[in-house]
Amino acid sequence: MIGQSLVLASEVPFPPSVEDFYLPSIVPWGAHDSYWFTKITALMWISVAAIIIFFLVTYRKPQLVPTKKQWLAESIYGFVRNNIAVDMLGKRGVNFAPYLTTLFVFILLMNFWAIVPFAQISPNSHIAFPAILAVISYVMFIYIGMKHHGGLKYFKHALIPPAPWFILPLLIPIEFFSTFLVRPFSLAVRLFANMFAGHMLLLVFTLGGFAMLNANLWFAPFSLVSWVMTIALTFLEFLVICLQAYVFTVLTASYVQGALADEH
Amino acid sequence: MLLAEVVGSTAAIGYGLAAIGPGIGVGLVFSAYIQSTARQPESSRLTLPYVWIGFAVIEALALLGIAFGFIWAGSV
Repeated sequence: MIGQSLVLASEVPFPPSVEDFYLPSIVPWGAHDSYWFTKITALMWISVAAIIIFFLVTYRKPQLVPTKKQWLAESIYGFVRNNIAVDMLGKRGVNFAPYLTTLFVFILLMNFWAIVPFAQISPNSHIAFPAILAVISYVMFIYIGMKHHGGLKYFKHALIPPAPWFILPLLIPIEFFSTFLVRPFSLAVRLFANMFAGHMLLLVFTLGGFAMLNANLWFAPFSLVSWVMTIALTFLEFLVICLQAYVFTVLTASYVQGALADEH
Repeated sequence: MLLAEVVGSTAAIGYGLAAIGPGIGVGLVFSAYIQSTARQPESSRLTLPYVWIGFAVIEALALLGIAFGFIWAGSV
């Protein structure tokens, strides 16, 4: 692997590697090189079903004085609408609130599987899912910018900052790179790498505990320390889960706001 | 003839170096928030969203370090 030797005389796959993210295929069962239906796919389908069913059921018969489930759904929507959409976009943020809420709740639930027992991996630790979400945000802010400013004028607005003419040959490539290349890439990689690194950390401390147990009887107390670290890191992972969902949504709203901005 | 040979992982060294920048960056973000709240406590609610955005954007670079550490591991 990276020049480290695997722990001998044990079946514990330590140290964990990228191979641990390729989960066994469920349909067809145990096939090699078939990844279309694994635990990852199942978790994603469960997330989508859970979100659709939750919001439909809680809004089936909305009362003026909300029931508990209705209050929960309204709080989630209210949080995204007030603190993200309206904060970033002003009054027209309300038009974007449904998509931003869906995005926020979807990423939150997909991330959350990383700390749920029996699931314990987030589908967002495979680059595909954050990549698609980032592409949707990318196409969205460019399309909205073009609709608002009109076709080529949007690119003029986005690429030419208010600066003296002799600096522009330096600034325009920088603006192009930062707005049209780095934004989608960093959106996707930020979410992916957070979930990947979080899962990897939990793997290291969990499998390390088992590896220490199997290696040598004197290491057994340190296995306990390792597992306590796992519990502490799970709480940290929960913070990261919520933060990454929030940041993806806030940045999407901020890019839309940048596309709709009217100055210069 | 090999006089001395050091075997290890340059990916690990690379990640260690890559973690310096974001470490300083995140420290700056939170230090700015703490100082601004100390000077003007009413502003804490206004600046809190920027704390999280700033933290996540800077942390992205540190996590790029982790991710590329695994991608480039093995090719010393």
